[in-house]
Amino acid sequence: METNFTHHQSAHCENGVASNLLKHNGLNISEPMVFGIGSGLFFVYLPFLKVNYAPAISYRPMPGQIFNRLAKRLGLKIKRQKFSSEANAIKALDENLKNNIPSGLQVGVYNLTYFPDEYRFHFNAHNLVVYGKTETDYLISDPVMENVTTLTHDELKKVRFAKGAFAPRGQMYYPIQVPANVDLKGAIIKGIKNTCRDMLAPMPIIGVRGIRLVARLIKKWPVKEGTKKANHYLAQIVRMQEEIGTGGGGFRFIYAAFLQEAAVILNNDELQKLSLEMTAIGDLWRDFAVEASRVYKNRSTKVDVYNLLSDQLLGIADKEEVFFKKLKRAIS
Amino acid sequence: MKKEDVPQDQGNLSRTDLKELVYATDENGKYTTALSSGWEPKSIALSNSIEEISERIAIAKAQVVNNEISPISYYMEFCRMDIGVLSSYVGMWQWRVKRHFKPKVFAGLSDKILKKYSDAFNITVEELKNFKVN
Repeated sequence: METNFTHHQSAHCENGVASNLLKHNGLNISEPMVFGIGSGLFFVYLPFLKVNYAPAISYRPMPGQIFNRLAKRLGLKIKRQKFSSEANAIKALDENLKNNIPSGLQVGVYNLTYFPDEYRFHFNAHNLVVYGKTETDYLISDPVMENVTTLTHDELKKVRFAKGAFAPRGQMYYPIQVPANVDLKGAIIKGIKNTCRDMLAPMPIIGVRGIRLVARLIKKWPVKEGTKKANHYLAQIVRMQEEIGTGGGGFRFIYAAFLQEAAVILNNDELQKLSLEMTAIGDLWRDFAVEASRVYKNRSTKVDVYNLLSDQLLGIADKEEVFFKKLKRAIS
Repeated sequence: MKKEDVPQDQGNLSRTDLKELVYATDENGKYTTALSSGWEPKSIALSNSIEEISERIAIAKAQVVNNEISPISYYMEFCRMDIGVLSSYVGMWQWRVKRHFKPKVFAGLSDKILKKYSDAFNITVEELKNFKVN
Protein backbone atom coordinates (compact mmCIF):
# COMPACT_ATOMS: atom_id res chain seq x y z
CA MET A 1 0.00 0.00 0.00
CA GLU A 2 1.14 3.49 -0.70
CA THR A 3 -0.21 6.92 0.16
CA ASN A 4 -0.05 9.76 -2.37
CA PHE A 5 2.64 11.62 -0.47
CA THR A 6 4.98 14.14 -2.13
CA HIS A 7 8.58 14.25 -0.96
CA HIS A 8 10.35 17.62 -0.73
CA GLN A 9 13.97 17.79 0.36
CA SER A 10 14.66 20.11 3.28
CA ALA A 11 17.66 21.29 5.25
CA HIS A 12 16.48 20.15 8.66
CA CYS A 13 14.67 16.91 9.40
CA GLU A 14 12.03 18.08 11.86
CA ASN A 15 11.06 21.18 9.85
CA GLY A 16 11.01 19.07 6.74
CA VAL A 17 8.73 16.43 8.17
CA ALA A 18 6.39 19.09 9.58
CA SER A 19 6.34 21.04 6.33
CA ASN A 20 5.84 17.92 4.19
CA LEU A 21 3.08 16.50 6.38
CA LEU A 22 1.23 19.82 6.45
CA LYS A 23 1.57 20.25 2.70
CA HIS A 24 0.08 16.79 2.35
CA ASN A 25 -2.83 17.96 4.52
CA GLY A 26 -3.47 21.01 2.39
CA LEU A 27 -1.58 23.68 4.34
CA ASN A 28 1.16 25.08 2.13
CA ILE A 29 3.89 26.12 4.55
CA SER A 30 7.59 26.40 3.77
CA GLU A 31 10.42 24.92 5.78
CA PRO A 32 11.80 28.26 7.04
CA MET A 33 8.26 29.22 8.12
CA VAL A 34 7.95 26.04 10.17
CA PHE A 35 11.36 26.69 11.67
CA GLY A 36 10.59 30.31 12.57
CA ILE A 37 7.09 29.83 13.95
CA GLY A 38 8.24 26.77 15.88
CA SER A 39 11.14 28.82 17.32
CA GLY A 40 13.73 26.38 16.04
CA LEU A 41 16.72 28.67 16.49
CA PHE A 42 18.39 27.90 19.76
CA PHE A 43 21.69 27.32 21.47
CA VAL A 44 22.36 25.16 24.46
CA TYR A 45 25.51 23.78 26.01
CA LEU A 46 25.02 20.62 28.06
CA PRO A 47 28.32 19.71 29.75
CA PHE A 48 26.74 16.86 31.72
CA LEU A 49 25.42 15.13 28.59
CA LYS A 50 28.21 13.52 26.62
CA VAL A 51 27.76 12.79 22.93
CA ASN A 52 30.54 10.69 21.47
CA TYR A 53 32.71 11.53 24.52
CA ALA A 54 32.41 15.29 24.10
CA PRO A 55 30.02 17.70 25.83
CA ALA A 56 26.77 18.11 23.95
CA ILE A 57 26.05 21.33 22.13
CA SER A 58 22.77 21.83 20.39
CA TYR A 59 21.69 24.53 18.00
CA ARG A 60 18.05 23.47 18.18
CA PRO A 61 15.45 22.83 20.89
CA MET A 62 14.37 19.43 22.20
CA PRO A 63 13.18 17.00 19.53
CA GLY A 64 9.49 17.43 18.78
CA GLN A 65 9.29 20.95 20.15
CA ILE A 66 9.39 22.76 16.82
CA PHE A 67 6.39 20.88 15.48
CA ASN A 68 4.51 21.11 18.80
CA ARG A 69 4.95 24.86 19.04
CA LEU A 70 4.01 25.31 15.41
CA ALA A 71 0.84 23.30 15.96
CA LYS A 72 -0.09 25.28 19.03
CA ARG A 73 0.52 28.62 17.32
CA LEU A 74 -1.39 27.72 14.17
CA GLY A 75 -4.19 25.86 15.95
CA LEU A 76 -3.45 22.47 14.39
CA LYS A 77 -4.00 19.22 16.17
CA ILE A 78 -1.27 16.63 16.07
CA LYS A 79 -1.52 13.15 17.43
CA ARG A 80 1.63 11.82 19.06
CA GLN A 81 2.03 8.26 20.25
CA LYS A 82 4.80 6.46 22.06
CA PHE A 83 4.79 2.72 22.51
CA SER A 84 6.13 0.36 25.09
CA SER A 85 5.61 -2.65 22.85
CA GLU A 86 7.25 -3.00 19.46
CA ALA A 87 4.37 -5.04 18.09
CA ASN A 88 1.85 -2.32 18.91
CA ALA A 89 4.06 0.33 17.34
CA ILE A 90 4.21 -1.62 14.09
CA LYS A 91 0.47 -2.28 14.17
CA ALA A 92 -0.36 1.39 14.70
CA LEU A 93 1.85 2.45 11.79
CA ASP A 94 0.41 -0.19 9.46
CA GLU A 95 -3.08 0.88 10.47
CA ASN A 96 -2.26 4.48 9.55
CA LEU A 97 -0.85 3.51 6.18
CA LYS A 98 -3.95 1.47 5.49
CA ASN A 99 -6.04 4.57 6.22
CA ASN A 100 -3.92 6.62 3.82
CA ILE A 101 -2.19 8.65 6.54
CA PRO A 102 1.54 9.25 5.99
CA SER A 103 3.07 9.32 9.47
CA GLY A 104 6.06 11.08 10.95
CA LEU A 105 8.43 9.04 13.08
CA GLN A 106 11.20 9.93 15.48
CA VAL A 107 14.07 7.54 14.87
CA GLY A 108 17.67 6.78 15.82
CA VAL A 109 20.28 7.50 13.16
CA TYR A 110 22.67 4.64 13.85
CA ASN A 111 20.75 1.99 11.92
CA LEU A 112 19.63 4.16 9.02
CA THR A 113 21.30 2.12 6.32
CA TYR A 114 20.93 4.73 3.60
CA PHE A 115 23.09 7.25 5.51
CA PRO A 116 26.82 7.34 4.87
CA ASP A 117 28.83 5.67 7.61
CA GLU A 118 30.17 9.01 8.90
CA TYR A 119 26.71 10.14 9.95
CA ARG A 120 25.75 7.00 11.77
CA PHE A 121 26.01 7.78 15.45
CA HIS A 122 23.73 6.96 18.35
CA PHE A 123 21.73 10.09 17.87
CA ASN A 124 18.03 9.64 18.42
CA ALA A 125 16.36 12.85 17.35
CA HIS A 126 16.04 12.29 13.62
CA ASN A 127 12.67 12.51 11.89
CA LEU A 128 11.27 10.95 8.76
CA VAL A 129 7.94 10.13 7.15
CA VAL A 130 6.72 6.65 6.29
CA TYR A 131 4.31 6.85 3.37
CA GLY A 132 3.85 3.26 2.31
CA LYS A 133 4.62 -0.38 2.81
CA THR A 134 5.48 -3.29 0.54
CA GLU A 135 5.98 -6.99 1.27
CA THR A 136 9.54 -6.45 2.44
CA ASP A 137 10.06 -2.71 2.85
CA TYR A 138 8.65 0.50 4.23
CA LEU A 139 8.66 3.47 1.88
CA ILE A 140 10.53 6.31 3.54
CA SER A 141 10.59 10.01 2.83
CA ASP A 142 13.59 11.28 4.75
CA PRO A 143 13.52 15.06 4.35
CA VAL A 144 17.30 15.50 4.31
CA MET A 145 17.65 13.08 1.39
CA GLU A 146 17.22 14.20 -2.19
CA ASN A 147 14.89 11.32 -3.06
CA VAL A 148 12.64 8.89 -1.29
CA THR A 149 14.19 5.69 -0.02
CA THR A 150 13.27 2.44 1.73
CA LEU A 151 14.03 0.50 4.89
CA THR A 152 13.28 -3.17 5.50
CA HIS A 153 10.68 -4.02 8.15
CA ASP A 154 13.41 -5.11 10.51
CA GLU A 155 15.51 -1.98 9.96
CA LEU A 156 12.57 0.30 10.62
CA LYS A 157 11.83 -1.55 13.86
CA LYS A 158 15.42 -1.05 14.94
CA VAL A 159 15.51 2.68 14.26
CA ARG A 160 12.15 3.23 15.94
CA PHE A 161 13.32 1.45 19.05
CA ALA A 162 16.83 2.82 19.22
CA LYS A 163 18.03 3.31 22.79
CA GLY A 164 20.05 5.92 24.62
CA ALA A 165 19.42 9.63 25.21
CA PHE A 166 16.08 10.79 23.72
CA ALA A 167 15.10 7.20 22.90
CA PRO A 168 12.23 7.53 20.41
CA ARG A 169 10.22 4.60 21.85
CA GLY A 170 8.52 4.13 18.52
CA GLN A 171 7.22 7.67 18.54
CA MET A 172 4.77 8.35 15.71
CA TYR A 173 2.95 11.59 14.94
CA TYR A 174 0.60 12.99 12.32
CA PRO A 175 -1.76 15.96 12.02
CA ILE A 176 -5.38 15.04 12.68
CA GLN A 177 -6.93 18.45 12.23
CA VAL A 178 -5.74 21.25 10.00
CA PRO A 179 -7.94 24.38 9.92
CA ALA A 180 -8.62 25.96 6.54
CA ASN A 181 -7.58 29.43 7.69
CA VAL A 182 -4.63 29.93 9.95
CA ASP A 183 -3.45 33.13 11.64
CA LEU A 184 0.06 33.29 10.19
CA LYS A 185 0.76 36.82 11.42
CA GLY A 186 0.03 36.11 15.06
CA ALA A 187 1.94 32.84 14.92
CA ILE A 188 5.01 34.51 13.39
CA ILE A 189 5.11 37.15 16.11
CA LYS A 190 4.75 34.52 18.85
CA GLY A 191 7.50 32.46 17.26
CA ILE A 192 9.90 35.41 17.02
CA LYS A 193 9.19 36.50 20.59
CA ASN A 194 9.89 33.00 21.82
CA THR A 195 13.21 32.85 19.96
CA CYS A 196 14.29 36.24 21.35
CA ARG A 197 13.40 35.10 24.84
CA ASP A 198 15.39 31.87 24.42
CA MET A 199 18.45 33.49 22.94
CA LEU A 200 18.55 36.29 25.52
CA ALA A 201 17.63 34.01 28.44
CA PRO A 202 19.34 34.84 31.73
CA MET A 203 20.75 31.33 31.97
CA PRO A 204 24.44 30.60 31.64
CA ILE A 205 24.12 27.61 29.32
CA ILE A 206 21.39 28.87 26.98
CA GLY A 207 21.36 31.28 24.05
CA VAL A 208 23.88 34.10 23.78
CA ARG A 209 25.20 33.38 27.26
CA GLY A 210 25.68 29.75 26.35
CA ILE A 211 27.74 30.77 23.32
CA ARG A 212 29.88 33.00 25.55
CA LEU A 213 30.36 30.18 28.04
CA VAL A 214 31.57 27.84 25.30
CA ALA A 215 33.83 30.59 23.94
CA ARG A 216 35.47 31.01 27.33
CA LEU A 217 35.84 27.24 27.72
CA ILE A 218 37.66 26.98 24.38
CA LYS A 219 40.48 28.95 26.02
CA LYS A 220 40.62 26.53 28.92
CA TRP A 221 40.29 23.23 27.09
CA PRO A 222 43.87 22.90 25.78
CA VAL A 223 45.28 23.65 29.24
CA LYS A 224 42.82 21.61 31.24
CA GLU A 225 42.07 18.70 28.92
CA GLY A 226 45.11 18.63 26.64
CA THR A 227 45.17 19.56 22.97
CA LYS A 228 43.90 16.21 21.75
CA LYS A 229 40.69 16.46 23.72
CA ALA A 230 40.37 20.16 23.01
CA ASN A 231 40.53 19.41 19.28
CA HIS A 232 37.99 16.65 19.66
CA TYR A 233 35.62 19.04 21.46
CA LEU A 234 36.12 21.68 18.77
CA ALA A 235 35.31 19.15 16.08
CA GLN A 236 32.16 18.35 18.00
CA ILE A 237 31.08 22.01 17.97
CA VAL A 238 31.59 22.20 14.22
CA ARG A 239 29.90 18.86 13.60
CA MET A 240 26.82 19.94 15.49
CA GLN A 241 26.80 23.27 13.69
CA GLU A 242 27.22 21.87 10.20
CA GLU A 243 25.69 18.44 10.74
CA ILE A 244 23.39 17.19 8.05
CA GLY A 245 20.06 18.81 8.75
CA THR A 246 21.28 22.20 9.96
CA GLY A 247 21.38 23.92 6.58
CA GLY A 248 24.81 25.20 7.60
CA GLY A 249 25.86 28.02 9.88
CA GLY A 250 24.04 26.47 12.82
CA PHE A 251 20.57 27.10 11.33
CA ARG A 252 21.24 30.83 10.92
CA PHE A 253 20.55 30.79 7.17
CA ILE A 254 17.20 29.05 7.59
CA TYR A 255 16.26 31.66 10.15
CA ALA A 256 17.30 34.47 7.81
CA ALA A 257 15.10 32.92 5.11
CA PHE A 258 12.24 32.86 7.61
CA LEU A 259 12.70 36.54 8.49
CA GLN A 260 12.61 37.40 4.80
CA GLU A 261 9.33 35.55 4.36
CA ALA A 262 7.95 37.05 7.57
CA ALA A 263 8.86 40.59 6.41
CA VAL A 264 6.51 40.21 3.44
CA ILE A 265 3.66 38.69 5.45
CA LEU A 266 3.88 41.24 8.26
CA ASN A 267 4.71 44.05 5.86
CA ASN A 268 7.66 44.96 8.07
CA ASP A 269 10.76 46.33 6.32
CA GLU A 270 12.81 46.15 9.49
CA LEU A 271 12.66 42.33 9.34
CA GLN A 272 14.06 42.50 5.81
CA LYS A 273 17.11 44.34 7.13
CA LEU A 274 17.44 41.96 10.05
CA SER A 275 17.36 39.03 7.65
CA LEU A 276 20.48 40.42 5.97
CA GLU A 277 22.09 40.81 9.36
CA MET A 278 21.29 37.22 10.30
CA THR A 279 22.83 36.06 7.01
CA ALA A 280 26.00 37.92 7.95
CA ILE A 281 26.00 36.22 11.36
CA GLY A 282 25.56 32.84 9.67
CA ASP A 283 28.60 33.61 7.53
CA LEU A 284 30.54 34.37 10.71
CA TRP A 285 29.62 30.95 12.09
CA ARG A 286 30.94 29.40 8.92
CA ASP A 287 34.17 31.39 9.23
CA PHE A 288 34.46 30.05 12.74
CA ALA A 289 34.07 26.49 11.42
CA VAL A 290 36.81 27.12 8.84
CA GLU A 291 39.21 28.39 11.51
CA ALA A 292 38.34 25.59 13.92
CA SER A 293 38.86 22.95 11.25
CA ARG A 294 42.33 24.37 10.57
CA VAL A 295 43.18 23.94 14.21
CA TYR A 296 42.22 20.31 14.44
CA LYS A 297 43.59 19.47 11.05
CA ASN A 298 47.08 20.80 11.61
CA ARG A 299 47.01 19.61 15.17
CA SER A 300 48.53 22.95 16.03
CA THR A 301 49.71 22.98 19.63
CA LYS A 302 50.00 26.74 20.08
CA VAL A 303 47.80 28.04 22.88
CA ASP A 304 47.19 31.18 20.87
CA VAL A 305 44.94 29.62 18.22
CA TYR A 306 42.45 28.66 20.88
CA ASN A 307 42.40 32.22 22.14
CA LEU A 308 41.74 33.47 18.62
CA LEU A 309 38.90 31.01 18.15
CA SER A 310 37.48 31.95 21.50
CA ASP A 311 37.53 35.65 20.60
CA GLN A 312 35.89 34.87 17.27
CA LEU A 313 33.05 33.09 19.05
CA LEU A 314 32.72 35.87 21.62
CA GLY A 315 32.38 38.27 18.69
CA ILE A 316 29.53 36.17 17.30
CA ALA A 317 27.83 36.14 20.70
CA ASP A 318 28.01 39.94 20.91
CA LYS A 319 26.56 40.30 17.43
CA GLU A 320 23.74 37.89 18.22
CA GLU A 321 22.90 39.68 21.45
CA VAL A 322 22.53 42.99 19.59
CA PHE A 323 20.62 41.21 16.84
CA PHE A 324 18.01 39.58 19.07
CA LYS A 325 17.47 42.81 21.02
CA LYS A 326 16.78 44.56 17.72
CA LEU A 327 14.53 41.75 16.56
CA LYS A 328 12.52 41.97 19.77
CA ARG A 329 12.00 45.68 19.21
CA ALA A 330 11.15 45.23 15.54
CA ILE A 331 8.02 43.19 16.25
CA SER A 332 6.74 44.90 19.40
CA MET B 1 25.76 32.80 2.25
CA LYS B 2 25.41 33.64 -1.43
CA LYS B 3 24.22 30.97 -3.79
CA GLU B 4 27.51 30.93 -5.69
CA ASP B 5 29.35 30.44 -2.38
CA VAL B 6 27.50 27.24 -1.55
CA PRO B 7 30.37 24.80 -1.07
CA GLN B 8 30.73 22.01 -3.61
CA ASP B 9 33.79 20.36 -2.12
CA GLN B 10 34.43 16.74 -2.77
CA GLY B 11 33.26 15.33 0.54
CA ASN B 12 35.27 12.37 1.78
CA LEU B 13 32.11 10.61 2.80
CA SER B 14 31.70 6.96 1.99
CA ARG B 15 28.70 7.92 -0.12
CA THR B 16 29.46 10.71 -2.53
CA ASP B 17 26.05 10.92 -4.12
CA LEU B 18 24.48 12.48 -1.04
CA LYS B 19 23.65 16.13 -1.56
CA GLU B 20 22.41 18.44 1.15
CA LEU B 21 19.95 21.24 0.82
CA VAL B 22 21.06 24.64 2.10
CA TYR B 23 19.52 28.08 2.12
CA ALA B 24 21.42 30.78 0.28
CA THR B 25 20.72 34.18 -1.24
CA ASP B 26 20.49 34.82 -4.98
CA GLU B 27 21.82 37.87 -6.84
CA ASN B 28 18.92 40.02 -5.57
CA GLY B 29 19.51 39.01 -1.96
CA LYS B 30 16.42 36.81 -1.95
CA TYR B 31 16.59 33.47 -0.19
CA THR B 32 16.42 30.34 -2.23
CA THR B 33 17.66 26.80 -1.81
CA ALA B 34 20.69 25.12 -3.33
CA LEU B 35 22.29 21.70 -3.13
CA SER B 36 25.72 21.27 -1.63
CA SER B 37 27.91 18.26 -2.30
CA GLY B 38 30.05 18.79 0.77
CA TRP B 39 32.21 21.22 2.66
CA GLU B 40 35.80 20.63 3.63
CA PRO B 41 35.77 21.93 7.24
CA LYS B 42 32.82 19.68 7.92
CA SER B 43 34.38 16.63 6.30
CA ILE B 44 37.44 17.21 8.45
CA ALA B 45 35.29 17.41 11.58
CA LEU B 46 33.54 14.18 10.62
CA SER B 47 36.72 12.31 9.80
CA ASN B 48 38.21 13.61 13.04
CA SER B 49 35.47 11.84 14.99
CA ILE B 50 35.80 8.71 12.90
CA GLU B 51 39.55 8.63 13.59
CA GLU B 52 38.88 9.13 17.26
CA ILE B 53 36.58 6.12 17.22
CA SER B 54 39.02 3.95 15.24
CA GLU B 55 41.66 4.72 17.84
CA ARG B 56 39.35 3.70 20.65
CA ILE B 57 38.49 0.48 18.83
CA ALA B 58 42.16 -0.34 18.29
CA ILE B 59 42.97 0.25 21.96
CA ALA B 60 40.03 -1.88 23.08
CA LYS B 61 41.11 -4.67 20.73
CA ALA B 62 44.62 -4.73 22.14
CA GLN B 63 43.22 -4.83 25.65
CA VAL B 64 40.97 -7.77 24.84
CA VAL B 65 43.92 -9.63 23.34
CA ASN B 66 45.89 -9.01 26.53
CA ASN B 67 42.92 -10.19 28.55
CA GLU B 68 42.58 -6.85 30.30
CA ILE B 69 38.95 -6.29 29.33
CA SER B 70 36.14 -8.43 27.98
CA PRO B 71 34.96 -8.47 24.35
CA ILE B 72 31.84 -6.61 25.46
CA SER B 73 33.90 -3.49 25.89
CA TYR B 74 35.44 -3.95 22.44
CA TYR B 75 32.09 -4.41 20.71
CA MET B 76 30.71 -1.42 22.56
CA GLU B 77 33.41 0.74 20.97
CA PHE B 78 32.95 -1.00 17.65
CA CYS B 79 29.26 -0.10 17.64
CA ARG B 80 30.11 3.51 18.58
CA MET B 81 28.29 3.19 21.88
CA ASP B 82 29.20 4.40 25.32
CA ILE B 83 28.22 2.80 28.59
CA GLY B 84 25.01 4.80 28.84
CA VAL B 85 23.79 3.76 25.40
CA LEU B 86 24.84 0.12 25.88
CA SER B 87 23.18 -0.15 29.27
CA SER B 88 19.90 1.10 27.88
CA TYR B 89 20.11 -1.35 24.96
CA VAL B 90 20.62 -4.33 27.26
CA GLY B 91 18.35 -3.01 30.01
CA MET B 92 20.88 -3.28 32.83
CA TRP B 93 22.38 -0.74 35.21
CA GLN B 94 25.60 0.91 34.12
CA TRP B 95 27.57 -0.52 37.05
CA ARG B 96 26.51 -4.00 35.99
CA VAL B 97 27.60 -3.40 32.41
CA LYS B 98 30.91 -2.04 33.70
CA ARG B 99 31.35 -5.15 35.81
CA HIS B 100 30.89 -7.29 32.71
CA PHE B 101 33.94 -5.58 31.22
CA LYS B 102 36.10 -7.65 33.56
CA PRO B 103 37.28 -10.78 31.72
CA LYS B 104 36.76 -12.93 34.82
CA VAL B 105 33.17 -11.81 35.27
CA PHE B 106 32.54 -12.11 31.53
CA ALA B 107 33.72 -15.74 31.52
CA GLY B 108 31.00 -16.63 34.00
CA LEU B 109 28.09 -14.91 32.23
CA SER B 110 25.08 -16.99 31.28
CA ASP B 111 23.99 -17.34 27.67
CA LYS B 112 20.86 -15.39 28.50
CA ILE B 113 22.85 -12.31 29.46
CA LEU B 114 25.26 -12.79 26.57
CA LYS B 115 22.28 -12.92 24.22
CA LYS B 116 21.22 -9.45 25.36
CA TYR B 117 24.66 -8.10 24.52
CA SER B 118 24.97 -9.93 21.23
CA ASP B 119 21.55 -8.61 20.18
CA ALA B 120 22.61 -5.08 21.02
CA PHE B 121 25.77 -5.50 18.93
CA ASN B 122 23.93 -7.26 16.13
CA ILE B 123 26.18 -10.35 16.31
CA THR B 124 25.71 -13.94 17.51
CA VAL B 125 26.48 -15.21 21.01
CA GLU B 126 29.20 -17.38 19.50
CA GLU B 127 30.94 -14.37 18.00
CA LEU B 128 30.83 -12.63 21.33
CA LYS B 129 32.21 -15.65 23.19
CA ASN B 130 34.96 -16.52 20.75
CA PHE B 131 36.57 -13.19 20.17
CA LYS B 132 38.74 -13.22 17.08
CA VAL B 133 41.56 -10.78 16.55
CA ASN B 134 40.23 -9.88 13.13
